[in-house]
Amino acid sequence: MAERYDVLVVGAGPAGLAAAQAAAGQGARVAVLDAQPRAGGQVWRHDVRHAPSAAAARGIHDGLKPPIEWLAGTSVVAAQGDALLVQTPQAARWLHYGNLVLATGARELLLPFPGWTLPGVVGAGAAQALAKQGWPLAGKRVVVAGSGPLLLAAATTLRAHGAHVVAICEQAEASALRGFAAGLWRWPGKLLQAGRLRLQLAGVPYRGGTVVQRALPAADGCLLRAVGIAGPRGTERLACDMLAVGYGLIPNMELARLLGCATQAFGAHAAVQVDARQHTSLDHVYAAGEACGIGGVDCARIEGAIAGLAAAGAAVPAGLLRRRGHARAFAAALRRTFALRPQVHALASADTLVCRCEDVTLGMLDGHADFRSAKLATRCGMGACQGRICGAALAELGRFPHAGSRPPLFPARLSTLAHAEPAS
Amino acid sequence: MNDATVRITVNGQPVEVAEGCSVAAAIARLGVPFRRSVRGEPRQPLCGMGVCFECRVCIDGVAGQRACMLQARTGMQVVTDG
Repeated sequence: MAERYDVLVVGAGPAGLAAAQAAAGQGARVAVLDAQPRAGGQVWRHDVRHAPSAAAARGIHDGLKPPIEWLAGTSVVAAQGDALLVQTPQAARWLHYGNLVLATGARELLLPFPGWTLPGVVGAGAAQALAKQGWPLAGKRVVVAGSGPLLLAAATTLRAHGAHVVAICEQAEASALRGFAAGLWRWPGKLLQAGRLRLQLAGVPYRGGTVVQRALPAADGCLLRAVGIAGPRGTERLACDMLAVGYGLIPNMELARLLGCATQAFGAHAAVQVDARQHTSLDHVYAAGEACGIGGVDCARIEGAIAGLAAAGAAVPAGLLRRRGHARAFAAALRRTFALRPQVHALASADTLVCRCEDVTLGMLDGHADFRSAKLATRCGMGACQGRICGAALAELGRFPHAGSRPPLFPARLSTLAHAEPAS
Repeated sequence: MNDATVRITVNGQPVEVAEGCSVAAAIARLGVPFRRSVRGEPRQPLCGMGVCFECRVCIDGVAGQRACMLQARTGMQVVTDG
């Protein structure tokens, strides 16, 4: 039998939860699905050792409150008509919708550099996520690097889990960071948050204009031992057990692309194009939060609420629209401050692996005019991650624009694919 | 937040972790690679959120499972590089 929802929300982070709550408040039959086993998305990810913030606990509670249906551990594999083919670790089925809300969030921009495939090198947000899932960190020396405010949040979480944060290396110049701090009065909540993080990270060196150039292995060649950094004071080596390095966030676009939503440029990447009511170019599809361009948790909450109301056929209060504008202005200021400098794009050399699934080096891609030709000749982007990591990296490095997405969106079981047609 | 633990095996070795920990966190306690790349390099998780597939292992006979996406449950049998 077909399962049908008035509003189906993909993604149980701050945006998706706000959308579900808003739509359910209008009397719509709502379901929220997420590939993760627990709700909260990345920013409100469950921590096995520490209690959630009040905002996270409330947001998750309100966004999953019955009669909202919560479909945990559920990944979207394909789409057809007004239905999505989803799979859980146990089963597969089609879910039909009146309106769909894409709250697919963001992932980290992970860029290649010599040594980045060594065990011990992870993303910055990744380190935070792994810590919250119970990754052993007590006494581990961690260098946090890359760019953006996520570095501070990651360092705070790592510290709370017993790691020794050796340094935070931010690629943006110190002058850009000072200019940004001086303008923070426009967003008092953010100013307060920055001050709080600063206090929690007392004693941890925060180095502007500093980039990790390479990760260096121990004698066995299999484990991280140190990183080489370059900054205003020249080059230096920092001993560490873990490097947490991420260059900001990019929207998760696979489902929006598969559906055929119009997109807009987000730097070298793409974001879902929406109107004032978070409506995409497709009749029954809305989008909210990071999928529409990285805006942060406050922006995601507001856009989620707007999308939920609109998807339920309700009017959107003008106050919400004003607040979205303010939150998006903050996001724009962040992007200007943490824009990547050219040296970040030049870290990988010809023999640096760029496709980690198929072990393809950057040099092997020379002479290929587009991603498709590179794929056919080298298998770049054809492994298990389906080009999620190398595709974003190659777009950022200016090699190839991102290719489209095709079903299955994730590796799927044959029994899932056997559900070829949605029941009507 | 609570003291309950779960026990799984990784390559036949018993590992005990707090309830709610991911399979990835349990494997990390042994310090072994999660998989070998096509050129034979050892790999561990990169993204921590189900995107990179570097943490894929065999769990209870099913290959290609992302260890960062699943909570460890007592009795799970995990084999790396699977």
